[in-house]
Amino acid sequence: MNNKLKNFFKGVRDTSPLMIPVVPFGIIFGVLAIDLGLTPLTTIAMSIIIFGGASQIIFLQLFSAGASSLVILSSVGAVNSRHLLYGTVLSEHLSDLNLTWKIIVSYFLVDQAFAVSNDHFKKNNNDKDKHFHLLGGGLNCWTIWQITTLIGIYLGSIIPEKLGLSFAIPLTFLALLVNDFRKLINVIVIMTSGTVATLGYQIIPFKAYVIVAALIGLFMAIILTKLVKKNYE
Amino acid sequence: MSNLALITYCGLITFLTRFSMIALLKKEMFNDKIREILSYVPSAIFPAIIFPLIFLDDSGTIQLENNPKILAAIIAMGVGIFSRSILATIFSGLTSYWLIIFII
Repeated sequence: MNNKLKNFFKGVRDTSPLMIPVVPFGIIFGVLAIDLGLTPLTTIAMSIIIFGGASQIIFLQLFSAGASSLVILSSVGAVNSRHLLYGTVLSEHLSDLNLTWKIIVSYFLVDQAFAVSNDHFKKNNNDKDKHFHLLGGGLNCWTIWQITTLIGIYLGSIIPEKLGLSFAIPLTFLALLVNDFRKLINVIVIMTSGTVATLGYQIIPFKAYVIVAALIGLFMAIILTKLVKKNYE
Repeated sequence: MSNLALITYCGLITFLTRFSMIALLKKEMFNDKIREILSYVPSAIFPAIIFPLIFLDDSGTIQLENNPKILAAIIAMGVGIFSRSILATIFSGLTSYWLIIFII
């Protein structure tokens, strides 16, 4: 098979296990949006234009609470700030692409695609077609997201809330961290960031708890790696 | 602002956060030290999304007692560390959550 196609389908395959929890996530989003009085068309537009689960859920939460446009916009920005870091990590591998490709892969840069493509890029650093992996993974996420949004819209409130399907959301992110739980520095960073986010949820304005906690976690990582190096010297 | 305009602006912000670093940064800007620090990015970001969804209730209050999500998440984490499998982590978490809320 052609190398581009091979990378593309590897991306599809690698993201596929991560799509299972995206299914309830998308359905929950569709159900919530209709419950809150958005039209099916607006709901579909959201999934296509924003194409970001966390952003869309935050949008709904604030929209239903009657928050102002400015607060909604800045909160979506804050939730999305993690993409700045994804972009920083991946730019090393994508800096040679032309502008059109950069625009295309940026649209598809979601959590799940980032996690698997980052891994793939590190292992295939010299492959000039490696961005097709991100395209495949991203398009896989995109397709699943649109289909499940539609299912959610049609299912409306049929799904019992008691099932607690929203719990699949933190589990998805947790699953992305399994390898990091084996390393002490990572565990400390994880606990720091999680604790700051939980305690700061109510206090930190504009739902900026995600970026604040992440930056404090990263700061912790810098200090710890410095300490470890000092001990070895 | 109309709903659609607001959604479009949110979409634009989302896109720009994904696009800006990819568009602006150059390969030469990276050395091993920066690379090492950046390898901690997932560990720094994902918990900020995970923890509040597990430890906070719908109103945003910390809930440590009678919270089946905590035990289910610990089980999922244990299975994840042991199996290194993304699927096993998610399924063990959901299954134990349903066991706790429906049976026990």
